[in-house]
Amino acid sequence: MLNTPPALEFKSSTFFAPILILYTHDMVAIEQTLQEKINLAPEFFRDSPLIIDLRELNKLNQDLDFVQITQLLRRIGFFPVGIRGGNEQQNKQARTLSIPIDTVREQGNPITIGEAQKQEAVPEVTVAKESISPIAAPPQTPVAATLITQPIRSGQRIYASGDLIILSQVSAGAEIMAEGNIHVYNTLRGRALAGVHGNTAARIFCFDLQAELISIAGDYKTSEDLNKQTYKNPVQIYLQNHALIIKEIA
Amino acid sequence: MARIIVVTSGKGGVGKTTTSAAIAMGLAKAGHKTAVIDFDVGLRNLDLILGCERRVVYDFINVINGEASLNQALIRDKNCNLLYILPASQTRDKDALTEEGVGRVLDELSKDFAYIVCDSPAGIEKGANLALYFADDAFVVTNPEVSSVRDSDRMLGILSSKSRRAERNEDPIKEYLLLTRYDADRVKSGEMLSLEDVQEILSLELLGIIPESKSVLSASNAGIPVILDEKSEAGQAYADVVARYLGEKRPHRFIDAKHGFLRRLFGGRK
Ligand SMILES: Nc1ncnc2c1ncn2[C@@H]1O[C@H](COP(=O)(O)OP(=O)(O)OP(=O)(O)O)[C@@H](O)[C@H]1O
Ligand SMILES: [Mg+2]
Repeated sequence: MLNTPPALEFKSSTFFAPILILYTHDMVAIEQTLQEKINLAPEFFRDSPLIIDLRELNKLNQDLDFVQITQLLRRIGFFPVGIRGGNEQQNKQARTLSIPIDTVREQGNPITIGEAQKQEAVPEVTVAKESISPIAAPPQTPVAATLITQPIRSGQRIYASGDLIILSQVSAGAEIMAEGNIHVYNTLRGRALAGVHGNTAARIFCFDLQAELISIAGDYKTSEDLNKQTYKNPVQIYLQNHALIIKEIA
Repeated sequence: MARIIVVTSGKGGVGKTTTSAAIAMGLAKAGHKTAVIDFDVGLRNLDLILGCERRVVYDFINVINGEASLNQALIRDKNCNLLYILPASQTRDKDALTEEGVGRVLDELSKDFAYIVCDSPAGIEKGANLALYFADDAFVVTNPEVSSVRDSDRMLGILSSKSRRAERNEDPIKEYLLLTRYDADRVKSGEMLSLEDVQEILSLELLGIIPESKSVLSASNAGIPVILDEKSEAGQAYADVVARYLGEKRPHRFIDAKHGFLRRLFGGRK
């Protein structure tokens, strides 16, 4: 070889990771709530990187052992990749664990929905605004809906922290998830999961239902269970006493 | 600035290389200086289909590694002097294909050529991803069968999210459907998906339907792209594809089964 390629190269890029905001230092409560959320969307959380946000916790003066929370997260399958809003002690622990420390930008959400939209269509990159509230629900800031106009193809995955509105088709083998409602103004052939954080009031609306799977707050039906009568017709899907009701929109 | 076309599919053996050779020749015949690049490192066969395998000295990877200049590696086609082939390496491993290296070669080609056709390998691995990364247009080659359609759909997802255009937030890659190895009799009998079935799932702009045709195999054995066989249906279909791509309006052909005398005698399946 005449030219040996360089050994390495630096490039700047952005790495998306969900942020886990903790509102309690009760390890049992944290683990239990996390496990429930994982059960709702196991694929989504598997091997997910995670940034641990301790701002709220430290505002409440609840002390949390950073080593312990890191161990817990790793045990249930997350990869903690950063800490923000930690106190001196927690930052020191993070440094010992080789976890990078992020300085908190005070204004607004660390990940904005607008920024997320473009990225969310990438199968390998997922963006979620994660919040955990086992004890007292924090004041909820309203989340903007995510609007998608491009087809969602097989292998792609969309996650919206609010409502998800899709104007194009969703292919078989694609997966769309929302913490709120899902609207598909086209053919839905893939998997659609609404209310993934347990919102039982979430609904799915779609123009042409040919889905592989539909789920609201963890209750689901597969294509096998879908009523032939509603197949290929505009429908809304909602939860009533843990049963999924599929109703034609007249 | 050249227009970069990727010929891609996900699934293997659907007719990407046949298509790459045909449309590159068609574009060159229409007067556009065209380069066609084989991205299938280790399994090169574009040079076979274009009949230049015995003139290969340097390859794509040599150029990326700076071991040969583009001019040394490009092979001028024997039938059309506006067509150049950049062959794949048969021996080197795929890791030599890097985004930076591919980008550099495409940049250099862009200065001199009107069209660059990238013949993608099958799969969704590195070679396929690099073949599409710099593309402006994508010809999605699909056979009328469920697995091919599903793989094309998967490929379309990658085209819309993992290309340079997507990363830079530019206009998306223009995606076209090419339905190949289409056997109207088998479609009619329900053995194969119809055009409508395929379009219901993919909904893409249809650039053409290439019928299943024996002339494809004889053309590739002879090392002459099938588009030069003007008597064959596949050749005519590829000529239509190139014309449509260049903006001409032509009605689609070869969709319905025809029942010629010989067909009725010998080919009358069901
Ligand atoms: N329209 C056609 N009619 C008949 N045979 C065809 C047609 N198109 C392609 N073939 C045949 O199908 C086989 C595969 O074609 P080709 O090599 O072009 O596919 P490919 O997608 O490039 O494959 P790979 O994924 O291995 O690169 C070849 O034997 C070729 O001759
Ligand atoms: Mg090939």
